[in-house]
Amino acid sequence: MENNYLADLWNSSPIVCVVLTGLVLLLVESVRRGSGRLSYAVSLVGLASAGVLIVAVGDVAQPAFNNMIVQGPYAQFFTVIFLVTGILTILLSRGYLDRQGIHRSEYYLLVVFAISGMMLLAYAMDLIVVFLGIELMSICLYILAGFMRTRGTSMEAALKYFLLGAFATGFLLYGIALIYGSTGTTNLEQIAKSFAEHSASPMFLVGVSFLLVAFAFKVAAVPFHMWAPDVYEGAPTMVTAFMSTGVKAAGFAAFVAVFMRSFQYAGSPVNDVLAAIAAASMIIGNVTALAQVNLKRMLAYSSVAHAGYILVGLAAGNADGFMGILFYLVAYVVVNVGAFGILSLVEDSNGQKLSYDDYAGFSAQRPFLAALMSIFMFSLAGIPPFAGFFGKYYVFLAAVKADMIWLAVLGVLTSLVSVYYYLRLVILMYFREGSGDVAVRPTWAAMLSIGFAAYLVIQFGIFPSIVVDAALKVF
Amino acid sequence: MISLIPIVVALPLAGFLILGLFGSRMRSETVIGTLGSATVGISFAVASAIFVEMLGMDPIDRKQIVQLFTWISTTTDTPSSFSVPVAYQVDQLSILMTLIVTGVGFLIHVYSIGYMHGDKGFWRYFAYLNLFIFAMLNLVLSDNFLLMFLGWEGVGLCSYLLIGFWYEKKFTGDAAKKAFVVNRIGDFGFLLGMLLIFDRFGSLSFDTVFGSASVLSVGTPVLMWITLLLFVGAVGKSAQIPLYIWLPDAMAGPTPVSALIHAATMVTAGVYMVARCSILFALAPTTLEIVAIIGGLTAIFAASIGLVQNDIKKVLAYSTVSQLGYMFLAMGVAAFGAGIFHLMTHAFFKALLFLGSGAVIHAMHAEQDIQKMGGLKKYLPVTYWTFLLAAIAISGIPPFSGFFSKDEILWKTFSSPYGSVVLWGVAVLGAALTAFYMFRLVSLTFGGDERFGKHHHPHEAPKTMTIPLMVLAALSVIGGFVGIPPSLLGGNAIEHWLDPVFASANAKLGLGGHEIHAIEYVLMALSVGIAAAAIYASRTVYLKRHEIAEQLKNRYARFYNVLWNKYYVDEGIDKAIVNPTVLASESLLWKGFDVGIIDGVVNGSAKLMAVAAGWIRRMQTGVVQQYAVFFVGGIIAIIFWLVLN
Amino acid sequence: MLDNYIPIFLMIAVGVLFGIIMVKLNEWLGPKRPSEEKLTTYESGMEPVRTARERFSVKFYLVAVLFILFDIEVVFLYPWAVSFKSLGWLGFVTMTVFVVILFLGFVYVWRKGALEWD
Repeated sequence: MENNYLADLWNSSPIVCVVLTGLVLLLVESVRRGSGRLSYAVSLVGLASAGVLIVAVGDVAQPAFNNMIVQGPYAQFFTVIFLVTGILTILLSRGYLDRQGIHRSEYYLLVVFAISGMMLLAYAMDLIVVFLGIELMSICLYILAGFMRTRGTSMEAALKYFLLGAFATGFLLYGIALIYGSTGTTNLEQIAKSFAEHSASPMFLVGVSFLLVAFAFKVAAVPFHMWAPDVYEGAPTMVTAFMSTGVKAAGFAAFVAVFMRSFQYAGSPVNDVLAAIAAASMIIGNVTALAQVNLKRMLAYSSVAHAGYILVGLAAGNADGFMGILFYLVAYVVVNVGAFGILSLVEDSNGQKLSYDDYAGFSAQRPFLAALMSIFMFSLAGIPPFAGFFGKYYVFLAAVKADMIWLAVLGVLTSLVSVYYYLRLVILMYFREGSGDVAVRPTWAAMLSIGFAAYLVIQFGIFPSIVVDAALKVF
Repeated sequence: MISLIPIVVALPLAGFLILGLFGSRMRSETVIGTLGSATVGISFAVASAIFVEMLGMDPIDRKQIVQLFTWISTTTDTPSSFSVPVAYQVDQLSILMTLIVTGVGFLIHVYSIGYMHGDKGFWRYFAYLNLFIFAMLNLVLSDNFLLMFLGWEGVGLCSYLLIGFWYEKKFTGDAAKKAFVVNRIGDFGFLLGMLLIFDRFGSLSFDTVFGSASVLSVGTPVLMWITLLLFVGAVGKSAQIPLYIWLPDAMAGPTPVSALIHAATMVTAGVYMVARCSILFALAPTTLEIVAIIGGLTAIFAASIGLVQNDIKKVLAYSTVSQLGYMFLAMGVAAFGAGIFHLMTHAFFKALLFLGSGAVIHAMHAEQDIQKMGGLKKYLPVTYWTFLLAAIAISGIPPFSGFFSKDEILWKTFSSPYGSVVLWGVAVLGAALTAFYMFRLVSLTFGGDERFGKHHHPHEAPKTMTIPLMVLAALSVIGGFVGIPPSLLGGNAIEHWLDPVFASANAKLGLGGHEIHAIEYVLMALSVGIAAAAIYASRTVYLKRHEIAEQLKNRYARFYNVLWNKYYVDEGIDKAIVNPTVLASESLLWKGFDVGIIDGVVNGSAKLMAVAAGWIRRMQTGVVQQYAVFFVGGIIAIIFWLVLN
Repeated sequence: MLDNYIPIFLMIAVGVLFGIIMVKLNEWLGPKRPSEEKLTTYESGMEPVRTARERFSVKFYLVAVLFILFDIEVVFLYPWAVSFKSLGWLGFVTMTVFVVILFLGFVYVWRKGALEWD
């Protein structure tokens, strides 16, 4: 038993490492109060070490802690996403927090703990762990959303997110209870084994619906998306970046783990519901984004739309869909970190300069940043040769193969709509004169992170096989 | 030698990277211009060397695939496993396209050095132009649909960037956006077609797809859908009815760009794509028929609009749309070789016409209205003569290049089992209109009295501009000799050269060699006679008896207005599509408050603040509950769906 | 089977009876001199009836939250203590880790000054 325990610890060492980092940060803040710089360094070192560990542990699937969690390619794939997102977010945040006058070390602490929650979701083999992960992540984010304590919109965002998040958590827990009630276990592997006998029982189905609702809330899919625009707009920009990338990826990590890897619902009404949610998200997200003036709000609705695209892969429920989800997430996450990063650079200390018009003539003042922003917008619109294109390609392919051609057609049509509002920004940056009062003083770390994100977008767009190969191992 | 093809593609990319990264630091226009032109020039030289080598080869060896690296691969055997290499396919068709793209491209680069002199975006311009050449070469040289699509999107992007190049002017941005959006409709078709191909054939490589397609029987329904979707892509890119609307607006870009992208190369990508997929289209006779009808209609429709336009570039733009119609007409009647032949000659004379118009605009200091020109002959002799040669070529007067290619299309339209007399009639009428409006353009611009103000002092363009004009003029005159038909004792070298590419398509369609008929001479004489008559009429009206034009205009005012307003298509689209879309997106907005915000922006920020404030107050009291209501509604719907199913 | 529970039932019965007897005894024996103050409901020194829309200092909530937090965590210690022997060293190490994390939180709270009233 003792030996086993050590093996378990080794298998879960990336999570342990991140949690330890969080604890060290707690201690740092207790001992040397208000030392943001030290916390910044510690969190980066901690996340980087977790990255080393995740490689060292290897990609052979191994259960740990009585099959509560499983270390393996799936966990690895998502953990890498979370760690990269986390590191980029932290690099970009320092300058941003300084400019906004809210540079406090708790920020790093909360980000690190949120990442540990996300990792739990990727490792989860048990619904209880899923619940634990979602809570750990969400509670940190409720606080982060309200991190700008003196600004009303930030408080409002935090409160709304908390209220509705708690609402969703209730459903998650209730769903888990119902599933436990009908199957006698919360372990996903065992549920999968006896899936055939339970799959049609009403109690089980209600439980499944509740889980579906809770996950759909976390990834901001219609009609559970209503919090997203308000929260994205109100939260500090870098927190929004973290929310729209890490949290979305984590939500999908859980969604896929439960709905694709454990429940075998492909081709059943459950997948029709997923398809309906995907369709509604694509339509409402894209159409509403058309009318936005504020870029954060635009990206919020766009994030709803992208949740829809990823759900297309989930609804298809086949191998291509799985592949599409993984690729799409990678592409979406790097692009969004970069785009929000630029927004956070341009935003002034009053939370202004976030509208389309503020970007008029941006290319003349900051040609490099404008070029990168254009790359991000093109990728979001799904235009090759950027990474976003392949994400869309795979999910649409999956839909076609799953005989959901209508969904693929709808997806292509709505992405056509999205071209308009993404390109509007590019047009403003390049083809309009600006007032020229945008003051951007990026830190080196910020420029590096945004540049790196852009590099990845192009790299994955031209050589998608890097991601594809990694994703194929996950099967 | 053929293995050197990657160099041809890589050089413009290198040019783009160097200019894009360091261009802003380069002070000297000479350095930038030389660099930008040299990359394309060397590409052309290498491509020519490859071409010469291919001439000496056995026809079977001429097609070779140069594999560079695997672009996308899936190693495991899953349903999604497919592999797309970056590989270039050199064959008779693609090398011809490469020569046109790099050759005409090189001349236009050189011309641009003079034309863009002094522009503050000089380096940016050349960087985009190099990028365009790179993308276009990928499009024509690719050996699979995906890489072709990449090039397809790439040229679209460059076109967008270059149309909006002078972004200080509002209409350039709008034109760029229009081009992009309309092209996306076409791309949507291409993308769906590609997905369908992959779904059906399990591959995107040309060889595999065409190989498995060629065993299918004629009229297989799925092929009809595939080809129709691909054709939608071609219609968008090549500006055919109903998606031609972006091309005239695209003239907002610099004139050499119009010459290169919107006349000689990019817009012909659709024609190239249809030719490349000839076997697929051959198996779908319904699509061929549609292609022919759309092509024929576009040819005459655009030509009729060209009759009355006064903007020198607009006339040429509609002329381009019309000539592209001829190419599609050729494709539709399964005269693939003739279509590509016309693509080539058109590249010569239309590029020349645009560059000539550029020289005129340059001389007239950005004046584009031909009613305010006239008598430029004596100021711009080189431009005049070269322009005149191009006009004769496009009008189809022997022995100029346009005659041979257009006549080949006309004859095939008449004689091919897929053509018809009606289409032939339409095409001949279109040719007559073409001759008429071209000479209207020549007469109003260069002939007659000077109608411009005293402050204009037109002067001939610099050498960098006139030399490309002269080279293109020479090509416009002699370029047709590679395709002299047997009836005129020629060997029709170009069609024989291309034969292997279209062999399987022709075999499916049961088309054989070229037999000489007596009627061919009659038709040839007829079309030349009509064109000559049209030229004569045009010169009479616009040089000697100007009042006739006025009389006609007043007598048929209603018809004239229809033409002048381009059949009201743009207005119609605004009414039928753009406005409803805008309306729908507005009325669908969340609870209408965003409408309030938008209106607020329009009506002034004071109102905006009031609306926003009112909204926030309302939100703080009840909106979270309302969110929760939606949330619960969603849950109930899902449970009903699942449990009661 | 149910025989095993007889002591428990007895225990319950004695407990209930004891409660009733004590209350009644008190009522019966104690002197009664009521006044208005004495007749109001006992609310730990707070005024029982007044407007409910009043603002409390956030410090109350802070203390309450911290109390609940640590209180609930301590509840975990009971089941562990009961099965201490059978869990052995593994259980001990696990619980130590748990307590250390809790302690770190406590240090943080303390150093942040959340426990000081002013």
